[in-house]
Amino acid sequence: MTANEVTPTPIAPRSIGTSLLRRDGVEKVTGEATYAVEHPVTGPDGQPPLHAWLVTSTVARGRVVTVDATAALAHPGVVSVIDHTNAPRLADTSDAELAILQDDAIAFRGQIVAVVLAGTSESAREGAALVRVEQEAEPHEAVFDEDSPTYAPEQVNGGSETDTLDGDPDEALARALVTVDATYTTPHEFNSPMEPHAATALWDGERLTLHDSTQGPRPVRGTLGPMLGLAEEQVRVLAPYVGGGFGSKGLPHAPEVAVALAAMTVPGQPVRLAVTRQQMFALTGYRTATRSHVRFGAHPDGRIEALRHDTVSQTSRIKEFAEQAAVPARVMYAAPHRATTHRVAELDVAVPSWMRAPGEMPGMFAHEVAMDELALHTGLDPVELRVRNEPEVDPDTGNPWGNRRLVECLRSGAERFGWAERPTGPRATVDGEWWVGTGVAASTYPMLWMPGNVARVRSLDGGRYGVAIAATDIGTGARTVLTQIAADALACPPDAIDLDMADSDLPFGSVAGGSSGTTSWGTAIVAAAQQFRADHGDHPDPGVETTAASGQYAAMDGHALHSFGAVFCEARVHRYTGEVRVPRLLGVYSVGRVVNPRTARSQLLGGLVMGLSAALFEDGWRDPRTGHTVTQDLATYHVAAHADVKEIDAHWLDDVDELSTPMGSRGIGEIGIVGTAAAVANATYHATGVRVRGLPLTADHFLE
Amino acid sequence: MDAEITLTVDGQRRTVTVDTRTTLLDALRERLGVTNPKKGCDHGQCGSCTVLLDGRRHLTCLALAVAHDGAEVTTAGGLSGPDGALHPVQQAFLEHDGCQCGYCTPGQVCSAVGVLDEIRQGHASHVSEDLEAEPGLTDEEVRERMSGNLCRCGAYAGILAAVKQAGEQAGEQAGQEGAA
Ligand code: FES
Ligand code: FES
Repeated sequence: MTANEVTPTPIAPRSIGTSLLRRDGVEKVTGEATYAVEHPVTGPDGQPPLHAWLVTSTVARGRVVTVDATAALAHPGVVSVIDHTNAPRLADTSDAELAILQDDAIAFRGQIVAVVLAGTSESAREGAALVRVEQEAEPHEAVFDEDSPTYAPEQVNGGSETDTLDGDPDEALARALVTVDATYTTPHEFNSPMEPHAATALWDGERLTLHDSTQGPRPVRGTLGPMLGLAEEQVRVLAPYVGGGFGSKGLPHAPEVAVALAAMTVPGQPVRLAVTRQQMFALTGYRTATRSHVRFGAHPDGRIEALRHDTVSQTSRIKEFAEQAAVPARVMYAAPHRATTHRVAELDVAVPSWMRAPGEMPGMFAHEVAMDELALHTGLDPVELRVRNEPEVDPDTGNPWGNRRLVECLRSGAERFGWAERPTGPRATVDGEWWVGTGVAASTYPMLWMPGNVARVRSLDGGRYGVAIAATDIGTGARTVLTQIAADALACPPDAIDLDMADSDLPFGSVAGGSSGTTSWGTAIVAAAQQFRADHGDHPDPGVETTAASGQYAAMDGHALHSFGAVFCEARVHRYTGEVRVPRLLGVYSVGRVVNPRTARSQLLGGLVMGLSAALFEDGWRDPRTGHTVTQDLATYHVAAHADVKEIDAHWLDDVDELSTPMGSRGIGEIGIVGTAAAVANATYHATGVRVRGLPLTADHFLE
Repeated sequence: MDAEITLTVDGQRRTVTVDTRTTLLDALRERLGVTNPKKGCDHGQCGSCTVLLDGRRHLTCLALAVAHDGAEVTTAGGLSGPDGALHPVQQAFLEHDGCQCGYCTPGQVCSAVGVLDEIRQGHASHVSEDLEAEPGLTDEEVRERMSGNLCRCGAYAGILAAVKQAGEQAGEQAGQEGAA
């Protein structure tokens, strides 16, 4: 049965705009919230779960010659060892990242080559250590550098064009009076959600039930079903609580296939798999390193005449992922002559994937540091330079802007931050042993709306309403804001809403990714609520219901719908050690109407913190011999800790975007990370006069 | 090798058979079904598994269960009253939105209770200027002392506000009781 498609109309905000407490806050502060391997799942006859442990490859490319499980099977508690010779066959092996244990091929170091099942996690871990995997190494290429051969992908992540060209940028660059020509790099970065990827799977012979740590129960079902040779309905994915994801849990990865295959070998017995923190660095996606060559040709008054952003990143030989780092350069500033290109180096490495603001985050680091250099070359204030390059229409499509308010974000941020007091030149302020400086960068993220969402509204007893959609709350506050949206769409208090989500048996919900969740699910909920009222009136009998599919509300065709922001930073760089500290960080955003100021603030601050973390610390070091990530834990892959975050604040403009959603809102999950690292880098330049063009901003850069 | 130990978990005496390799964290989560403390790294690097162990904050992934026979464990679940009333620290986390995904949160909450207690007892920290003086409930002190608990969602601003609010409330209360 397909639901009727309904395109909603704008709703009047009542609960929207108020700071309703996080609906699942009590469960979270007490620890009662249950994550993927915490559900007390038992088999039909009460069987307790088995524990699975992954065994991974140690060569970068080659073959599994033999998997010798003798010692492992002799270990008390070990039940079985599954490898490519005895694993259930997949019906579809076209996705080589996911088609594990099907043949003897090894495509990168850290790939799953066996799974141990045991009665306890201690036995499973020891069993995994006892499995002897004989591997035959083959020649491989695992190093990404300036010499890596590259190719042009057919398109880049998000479906954008690989290359764009307007006018004659090379000719215009050659005759420009002021130029910037530099290369900017970002390292391999790892999402590292606090809850490691994990799942509990139960195969009862008919149906696979997966308690998964995922950003999209329906997308996981849609991927796993056909791979396992099952109808989609035979797979049920539940994700009531997800301990963060930031993109790494947006697409299913190999561990989900491993736990499903393992469960299918033991019908009626649940299987738990918690990927270790170390294994995550190879198995659950990461942001590829990027190298962006940015060129600006400008007039002495700062107006950009020509720009080029040519970016290179790495991908895995078995599955292409092309980080769209040059895409934001297509919309940021006016310039009649412009070119953007993406190339990827295909290597025998783990498969890169989504990490918070793929494309925008590394691309805007390059672009916005380059803008700081242009400000210096033209003698303009960095805020003023950006204002002078404000495009009247979207330079990429020529479409009018839906709601571009970058200049207001810059001006409002400058005011709040006290930008005017800043000395113009670099290396102008010393405070004791510290150089002090300030920096600014712009931020942007597109409005994304996912088609296909469906919601169901049902009237319950006592004037309550049940609202259902297979959405997920990975910490964003979706459970809270969708309740508010449903309440306003039905013109009832939020307490009258019973929201059912995070279960793939519910009507289709798209992935919590690309800052599209609230936009897409919310639009579907409003559509269903309005259709419900049309069908059943204001005083419905208990039990009546309406299911509606969301039509496209967003006016994407004919308008350029994007969010914008401005990030201001104060940095201190120690004169003798080079240590960088960030005493102040401020973001001001234009994101449409904010549905819940409390949870929105947390989202934006969380993005700023992750951007700060990337600026100061995050760096995945690879062993050049194997491509193995050496910094594969939280002691060596540093992320921002509490003491690294000082005064930090996020504000937003009073905004209503009726072109994007019936709520007047746009997504806010990623924009906080975009531009942040550039603002920090620009502040360190202002402090020290040392221009760092590669992340992270480690102390060695600033030592003379 | 198996061993039997007894723990008091959130006020309840529980006897449990563990492998001698079992960590206190896995004894709680996998053997007793107490999943309030979370596992973020299993290596003592993130703080998600923090509980109050015999009254002090402790990483349970770095503790072997057999070494803690007879111990008293309080998880975030045991901090709230039997009627479900939240502990002032939990209430403050809720109000200041000191959590997003919630996975680091039970550890943050237990750590915060421990931190406030350590400050009350006069323990110095890395940022205490004067090791002999009473440490204050300053932003600097709280940030430093809470830095063993990573939050990838970046909820630090809310956590700071929550810990300070709970600490100030407790201080006022102690002041009132002292005056009475
Ligand atoms: S799980 Fe114990 S510190 Fe991370
Ligand atoms: S709330 Fe998600 S890691 Fe802290």
